[in-house]
Amino acid sequence: MARATFLDAIRQAQQEEMERDERVFLMGEDVRCNVFGTTTNFVDMFGDERVRDTPISENGFVGAAGGAAMVGMRPIADVTISSFLYPAMDQICSIIAKSRYIYGGQAKLPLVIRSCLFYGNSNAAQHSDRPYSMFMNMPGLKIIAPSNAYDMKGLLKAAIRDDDPVLSFEDSTCWMAKSDIPEGEDLVIPLGKGDIKREGRDVTIIAIAGAVNTALKAAKELESEGISAEIVDPRTLVPLDKELILQSVRKTGRAICVDVAHQTCSAASEISAIIVENEFESLKGPVLRVTTPDTHLPFSPHIEKPLYPTVERIVAAAKKVVGQRQPA
Amino acid sequence: MSKIGDNDPKLEKYRRMQRIRQFEAKAEAIHAQGEIPGALHTYAGMEASGVGACMALRDDDYMVGNHRSHGHPIAKGAELRPLMAELLGKKTGVCQGKGGSMHLSDFSMGSLGETSIVGSGGPVVAGAALGAKLQGSDRVALCFFGDGASSEGAIHEGMNLAAVWKLPAIFVCENNRFGMSTPTSDAVAGENVADRAHGYGIPGVIVDGQDVDAVEEAVREAVDRARAGKGPTLIETKTYRYGDHAVNMGRELTPRGPEHEDWLKRDPIVLYRERLVESGIDEATLDAIEKEAGEAVEDALKFARESEYPEFAEAFDHVYSERLPIPEDVQAHA
Repeated sequence: MARATFLDAIRQAQQEEMERDERVFLMGEDVRCNVFGTTTNFVDMFGDERVRDTPISENGFVGAAGGAAMVGMRPIADVTISSFLYPAMDQICSIIAKSRYIYGGQAKLPLVIRSCLFYGNSNAAQHSDRPYSMFMNMPGLKIIAPSNAYDMKGLLKAAIRDDDPVLSFEDSTCWMAKSDIPEGEDLVIPLGKGDIKREGRDVTIIAIAGAVNTALKAAKELESEGISAEIVDPRTLVPLDKELILQSVRKTGRAICVDVAHQTCSAASEISAIIVENEFESLKGPVLRVTTPDTHLPFSPHIEKPLYPTVERIVAAAKKVVGQRQPA
Repeated sequence: MSKIGDNDPKLEKYRRMQRIRQFEAKAEAIHAQGEIPGALHTYAGMEASGVGACMALRDDDYMVGNHRSHGHPIAKGAELRPLMAELLGKKTGVCQGKGGSMHLSDFSMGSLGETSIVGSGGPVVAGAALGAKLQGSDRVALCFFGDGASSEGAIHEGMNLAAVWKLPAIFVCENNRFGMSTPTSDAVAGENVADRAHGYGIPGVIVDGQDVDAVEEAVREAVDRARAGKGPTLIETKTYRYGDHAVNMGRELTPRGPEHEDWLKRDPIVLYRERLVESGIDEATLDAIEKEAGEAVEDALKFARESEYPEFAEAFDHVYSERLPIPEDVQAHA
């Protein structure tokens, strides 16, 4: 075992897969300069044909990843910050998500589109998006949103090996957090398998990406108040491990969905609907969502920080659904 | 099955143009009677552009086209049966009934899609060319796009990427004078799309799109250049669309000008036939090729008509590499 950060887990996953399979190559804006530390020494190791700096041209190079995948490569397109996915929506939605289908299975697009969720650090509305739920509404794409370094490494390696296009959303609030990662072991976590991050009896908290860590802190606080919270981390949003979520809700009878994305049509909304449709009989109270409200993210930290799901909001939601009165 | 004039590229060009023209004439007729669902965008008038370009490609070279998709696969040599079956929405269609008229793409012929978001093939072609380069193969990738698509950012991004990385790509702008109802002159700044090549530092070539030999020669030069590692070329074929944006819409959307009659007088198939006859090919051979093309279209239609529709479960196939389950409530009422 060795301690590694979330960012280093990304580096390890990319490096191991590029060593394992020469069809894997990496391209994106400023990847050679190693802007976030996920491509350390990559040019020396793999050469500049497989480690490509692109023009500022997201629709161009994301689409080129699609074209390269169709002819047998396994590209990783590094889109830096998830807000930069928007210029590439055309290629992601019309080409990458749909080509296998439209052409009746003739096209195969094994590729990974990586981008980070760059919120919470005074980067204002155009750099702070958490847009994974938009892509959950587009069949044909798989989506990972890990919450710790161990999962990040295992899921990214699975994503690179997957035969379908995978969007990897990497939460920047997790970047510096460390996990124990086994050395010399091929760590691959299958897509579509969630994980119970903490067992509990009274309420199930399903949390997405960095919100898992906020929820774990909330669970500790709730424990001191006699509420036992179970934390479910789906890890993969598409395909979603519905059974793991429903099993937990069957046990606790209560559910809260925590999501740093905007509330409307969020992953939290979808998971809430799945719970209500399938486990209504098990529920002892309403399914609650703790999300970012439907406003934009402002620059000033004084008004930005309170918009995201906080420990306090999760604790309050748990008390509400478990039935304890909140302190006056 | 051997065909008249097999292995003679001169006759093959004539054959492919005839097959496109007759395939579409049949499709348009049965579309009018409701046998083909959805919209039908015909390529008639533009046959020399597609056939000339594809004759300069090898079978294993890549190609991406657009919603006006009937001509490109036939130009590249695809079989007609799966194409006609696709138009009828049958399981035996080239896309198993999931693509239809806008997406006649035969991957076994090097196609990587006929995409109906115009211009979106630009980045795909750059990527296919990049893939070929990284694999050390000498394949090239060709992008067909229209004058309308030339205004899309995706085309610029694809060409810029191909130029900056010196990729083995060829961009063929089939300027058929109209983007749906809008004349090119109202939508495209500058006189020629090909002039934009200068901005990328690549060759820009304008060619008579009604002259199949001229198109082939221009594309062949671009292909040689691409295979030699010298990067992409932008070629503009000046051509003309005979049909409306889509046919059988009930009213004509395309504002025809006085030049319409001039274009009809320069029909690419008639022009090429005259040239072949002048070069000593006898009329009977050309008549036989024409007849053979008609028979191939009839055979394709018979095959399509006799084919089954896809099973409902296939609507859930090919979203991912594993088939999706059918929701119970949907299955119950399917």
